[in-house]
Amino acid sequence: MNLDFSPQDIAFRDEVRTFIEQNYPAEVRAKQDAGEELGREDYLAWHRILGTKGGWSTPSWPVEYGGPGWTPIQKFIFAEENARAGTVPILPFGVNMVAPVIMAFGTPDQKARFLPPTMMGEMWWCQGYSEPGAGSDLAGLSTRAVRDGDHYVVNGQKTWTTLAQHADWGFFLVRTDPVAKKQEGISFLLLDMTSPGVTVRPIITLDGAHEVNEVWLEDVRVPVEQRIFDENKGWTCAKFLLAHERTGIAGVARSKRAIDRLHDIASEETVDGLALDQDPFFARKMAELEIELMALEYTELRGLAREAEGKPPGPESSLLKIKGTEIQQRATELAMEAAGRYASPHLLHNATGGNEAPVGPRSARGVADTYFNMRKTSIYGGSNEIQRNIIAKAVLGL
Amino acid sequence: MDFSFSEEQRLLRDSLQGFLRNTYDADSRRKAVASDAGWRPEIWRALAQDVGVLGAALPEELGGLGGGPVDTMVVMTELGRALVVEPFLETVVIGAGLLKRYDSPAACAAVEQIIGGELITALAWGEPTSRYDVADVCTTAKREGEGWRLDGKKAVVVAAPWASKLLVTARTGGGQREAQGVSLFLIDKDAAGVSAVDYPTVDGKRASEVTFEGVSLGADALLGEEGQALPHVEAVLDEARAALCAEAGGVLSELVRQTVEYTKQRKQFGRPIADFQVLQHRMVDMFISTEQSLSMTFMATLKLDLTAVERAAAVSAAKAYVGRACTSVGQAAVQIHGGIGLTEELALSHYFKRATMIEQALGSSDFHLRRYQALRAELPAAA
Ligand SMILES: Cc1cc2nc3c(=O)[nH]c(=O)nc-3n(C[C@H](O)[C@H](O)[C@H](O)COP(=O)(O)OP(=O)(O)OC[C@H]3O[C@@H](n4cnc5c(N)ncnc54)[C@H](O)[C@@H]3O)c2cc1C
Ligand SMILES: Cc1cc2nc3c(=O)[nH]c(=O)nc-3n(C[C@H](O)[C@H](O)[C@H](O)COP(=O)(O)OP(=O)(O)OC[C@H]3O[C@@H](n4cnc5c(N)ncnc54)[C@H](O)[C@@H]3O)c2cc1C
Repeated sequence: MNLDFSPQDIAFRDEVRTFIEQNYPAEVRAKQDAGEELGREDYLAWHRILGTKGGWSTPSWPVEYGGPGWTPIQKFIFAEENARAGTVPILPFGVNMVAPVIMAFGTPDQKARFLPPTMMGEMWWCQGYSEPGAGSDLAGLSTRAVRDGDHYVVNGQKTWTTLAQHADWGFFLVRTDPVAKKQEGISFLLLDMTSPGVTVRPIITLDGAHEVNEVWLEDVRVPVEQRIFDENKGWTCAKFLLAHERTGIAGVARSKRAIDRLHDIASEETVDGLALDQDPFFARKMAELEIELMALEYTELRGLAREAEGKPPGPESSLLKIKGTEIQQRATELAMEAAGRYASPHLLHNATGGNEAPVGPRSARGVADTYFNMRKTSIYGGSNEIQRNIIAKAVLGL
Repeated sequence: MDFSFSEEQRLLRDSLQGFLRNTYDADSRRKAVASDAGWRPEIWRALAQDVGVLGAALPEELGGLGGGPVDTMVVMTELGRALVVEPFLETVVIGAGLLKRYDSPAACAAVEQIIGGELITALAWGEPTSRYDVADVCTTAKREGEGWRLDGKKAVVVAAPWASKLLVTARTGGGQREAQGVSLFLIDKDAAGVSAVDYPTVDGKRASEVTFEGVSLGADALLGEEGQALPHVEAVLDEARAALCAEAGGVLSELVRQTVEYTKQRKQFGRPIADFQVLQHRMVDMFISTEQSLSMTFMATLKLDLTAVERAAAVSAAKAYVGRACTSVGQAAVQIHGGIGLTEELALSHYFKRATMIEQALGSSDFHLRRYQALRAELPAAA
């Protein structure tokens, strides 16, 4: 047992660090620094650069599909370096969610058609799972797909669809057998978002952002060859996907950066003439958070080491989700607290594109909105209550 | 011991509740908050003239009804329940609360105008680097001829965009963070040399960054004695903190009510999510925090007229407690709602945002824990 990275790992880290320094797009960096809302092209710019670098956009993909063939530790280092540099994260929906499903269950044609553009950032995916009546109870979904020759005709409503306004394609769970047991009548369809009958309507979140949408499907015709795996076997794909959603789920690297930023804010703010990070009340909270994160990091590393030995993933994904999101939320809560009264100005850049005079120190800008927004993390991707139910059942055997 | 309301207080509560039920639904509030003005002056006029709440806790000789802190508590709780953005706290509790302590003609006239709904004031005390310390004042007022010259910057002055007069703390002596040497001025917001950058706040209010550059003030702009303002400002901010706790009581009660209600309607896995015990317990904890917060609010409100130390310790204990409840209850309410709790469209998310901002308003929970800790050594021993 040892905790050190190997010399190869260190060399890899330096390579990644240098590549980011030399290749990260300056325009995107400028927008991030100014706190401007990122558009579709901004999200995709870094993805595309990494795609041309021997599969760096798809660290978790096997080599046969163009992945870089990294060890779990290298993947960890890559994520860490990206977080450290504050790069725009690659959205998970294509690379980490639908792609593994296509690899495991897709036909050769489906693989050839969808995987390369996903890797290169030429195909933006959204996830069409949740419905107004089917959130935690995902299998209760009611969007209907009825076979008509070599097409499905799809009708229904999806909701909370993240960034569907930018998406080219979506992967949808639809009901193909309304009488079977609910898990056994679901199919997994790939849907071209420009198809006639698809309507995307914004949902504005409490921070004023347009991040999620309703997706209405009215007589949308989807070719049968866009179904992944067998008809009525979509739940198998969905469950497989959940097991593979682990990559980066803990967000350790990004949380480290958030805590660094917190230290920066706290060193600028003063209480009774003393820097806030010298204030025992606040310093204690930062230390507690850092230690929580440390525990999570080593839990994740233990999992990665097991994976590197070729052992199947353990039950840790729910644990990583619960603790990871709690830490992310806590970091935003402390950032808001550190900003003091300058947490309260509301900047309108998100919803309206307005650009009013900046108020307060840069480090305080938008901290409350970020805190509000990050409440989502314990709700989406299987709420933390559901994750605890999973551990109770699957691990503790309750 | 008596925690019951008087007949007048019950009437006050009922008529205010009735008024807000008819005029302050979530949609009208949303429209007002999004409008250029950000508030509804007609609501303010009605609160002054029809409902008559602006003068409830102010002296009869100035046109008020002669009530006290409990009346303010009753009003603030209802304003919290309806998520009212109009500046009762800023103008009536703080503005008139300060002005009534001074007997200058300008101060008396201002209180009468406030009660009549004709004048909005805002207190400019915080500065860009002062955090929550009222004594940390860099803004200066220097003698100039008969009067004063005011220079400095004030940060996040809530309600300033709606105000025509500002109450301003400025240093006329002493060093930064010294209690002595802080003076209070009443000034016109449109005086030459006053400039403001206005903006909305995340909880639906409006605030300004206010800059004073060589603002000339007459001798009568000074309220009370030179350099002696702080004890008054501290006392009034404590009244305002107790009032904020009362507002929180309304906000928290709504968060609990709406959450319980929602879990009975929302079905997943073929049953109301209220059936899940883990949610039940979390709602029970929300309820307990809210009840305890109400108790702390009563306690602090009833101790506002004790000695400065007892008052401040009681208020800080309450504000620290209520602030934490605002955070935990707000987070739980959103979590239990699931995705819908994060939408702008649902009223609940606005209660959550206000609760979050109450936690830090007029001093965060940490600030008040620290203040309580510092004061408790000076408290008289329990009998
Ligand atoms: C910002 C955001 C982005 C999202 N992006 C996407 C996306 O891109 N694609 C997509 O398909 N979906 C997306 N979602 C939807 C997300 O997966 C759902 O919100 C989530 O599954 C919860 O469902 P719900 O919102 O309907 O809440 P509900 O299921 O109604 O849950 C309400 C509350 O009840 C609790 N609860 C439910 N069942 C149980 C139980 N058995 N035991 C204990 N507690 C329980 C929940 O934990 C929660 O606290 C997103 C959501 C958000 C907020
Ligand atoms: C110091 C002490 C003093 C006591 N004094 C008295 C007394 O004066 N009078 C008296 O009548 N009894 C008394 N009790 C007994 C007490 O009421 C029982 O211990 C208690 O009811 C729990 O029952 P149990 O020990 O059989 O545990 P169980 O009922 O087996 O419970 C075990 C665990 O499961 C939890 N649990 C049980 N049912 C549920 C449920 N439906 N939902 C969620 N969680 C659940 C419990 O909270 C506990 O954590 C005392 C117990 C202690 C330890």
